[in-house]
Amino acid sequence: MNKQRIVTITSVTKEAPGITTLRFHDEIKVKPGQFYMVWLPRVDEVPMSVSYTSVEKGITVKEVGEATRALGKLKIRDQIGIRGPYGNGYRIPKGTVLVAGGGTGMASLLPAVEAIGDPGRVDVLIGAKTAGEVLLLDRARKASREVHVSTDDGSMGRKGTVVDMVQEHLEMKHYDMVLGCGPERMLSALLKACDEKSVKCQLSLERYMKCGAGLCGSCVIDGIRVCREGPVFSSAELRKMKEFGSSKRDECGCSVKL
Amino acid sequence: MTSLKVEVAALKLSNPTILASGVMDETAASLLNMARAGAGAVVTKSIGSEPRKGYPNPTLVELDWGYINAMGLPNPGIEAFAEEMRLARGCPAPVIGSIFASSAKEFSFLASKMQDYGAAAVELNLSCPHAKGYGMELGVDPEMVSAVVREVKSVCSIPVFAKLTPNTHQLMEVAKAAEAAGCDAIVAVNTVKAMAISVEMRRPILSNKGGGLSGPAIKPIGLRCVYDLHSTLNIPIIGVGGVEDWRDAVEYIMAGASAVQVGSAVGRVGLNVFELICTGMKEFMVREGFESVSQMVGVAHE
Repeated sequence: MNKQRIVTITSVTKEAPGITTLRFHDEIKVKPGQFYMVWLPRVDEVPMSVSYTSVEKGITVKEVGEATRALGKLKIRDQIGIRGPYGNGYRIPKGTVLVAGGGTGMASLLPAVEAIGDPGRVDVLIGAKTAGEVLLLDRARKASREVHVSTDDGSMGRKGTVVDMVQEHLEMKHYDMVLGCGPERMLSALLKACDEKSVKCQLSLERYMKCGAGLCGSCVIDGIRVCREGPVFSSAELRKMKEFGSSKRDECGCSVKL
Repeated sequence: MTSLKVEVAALKLSNPTILASGVMDETAASLLNMARAGAGAVVTKSIGSEPRKGYPNPTLVELDWGYINAMGLPNPGIEAFAEEMRLARGCPAPVIGSIFASSAKEFSFLASKMQDYGAAAVELNLSCPHAKGYGMELGVDPEMVSAVVREVKSVCSIPVFAKLTPNTHQLMEVAKAAEAAGCDAIVAVNTVKAMAISVEMRRPILSNKGGGLSGPAIKPIGLRCVYDLHSTLNIPIIGVGGVEDWRDAVEYIMAGASAVQVGSAVGRVGLNVFELICTGMKEFMVREGFESVSQMVGVAHE
């Protein structure tokens, strides 16, 4: 049971152009990888990964549509509604871990990196379109052994994709688990890269969501609820999904190509 | 031998739990997963003539004893749904096609499509409490309900169910009109008109403002409706509203339901709710000496 509650914004951080972290106080415990349904009256209610899971919770919002643009304009003392947390979250792995985040995917992954609690066994790979969109770099550095960055335009780190870096790292070192979050095309390539090296992974998916609470079925992938059984799925689960990396459902429930 | 098998208006079900419309039923894969989870039959999302996005979020409010929702009848439209129904062939449980429309003609068009797609029965949504021009706006008028059922029956050979609203003082008249028009079973009830307000934001939470209440909060309401319907009708009744465990299901059956639908409990309890209800019901039947579900139907009236 996840009752709606109204929280007050206590800090606003501009992470990059069009990317904002909002912090607010909420006592209800959140596991890394879980999400809130975030309500802005008169605008919308949208799923948002929790990027800070301590009592001072946070969400990191990239402006991609009406709701996220409105969230990006909020100021300290503004109020939003939240319900949740929803979803399963990452199972915090033992052994050595490689973390791969594309774009705002880092927002969901960093709490998991911090929850591992041992920088000596985590490497983080961050992919972004351009230098200005490389997210949460300092936080990643504090919680891990190595951080590497790639950008599509080569303006920071190496030019290329985060999956290129993953392939190299899996070639060079042994990892027990890969955690990933980002656009689905990236995740689909990431799963392939992990499977080639027989390394298990947990990837966090995104789907259009209405209820967020496991009822309406609008977020399903192969009939499985991303809001409840996901958003984090294991490689074993992902391999069985025909829609993974190929199609999703629109607001009407029609199948559309990714 | 104790058996959970039931027959409702010529539909043979392995057990009396049916997935209610609107819950995990927009895609073939969802329907198949719910049948595999143990539902004796599954009802599709209510499908209309055209693709429809439904209302903007928030579309759901969670409460201690249920949910208020105003989804706004999102659905891919009857043409696109052909593919989902095709993929759902071979579903281990009968697939019942739910449809909504604004006229008798449109209902019969959608019903004949559902029949062509292989639906085992069609369920008429005459009860959605929050979509303008649809659902209960038609379903509280006995004459309109009679016209819709008659029109649908004239094009369909599969069983026709009417899902009715409790938001009326005329439920018995509406149900009798449906029965007289040839309806094969009554599904009662849909959600109860409701609202939630955020005091900090000083406004209703749902984007549509009003919605429909479901879950344990409405079980006593649904139960009373089913009890009264059983006294009034000769056709079978499918009970819906707050069924979460075997005891709820048996209550509905003793009130007069031949089967029950389960919706909100898929969220509140989990996908295993069908299995849990069936296991508990079977144990109860063994304990109490009932050999079949039909022996329990309406016993509260005796």
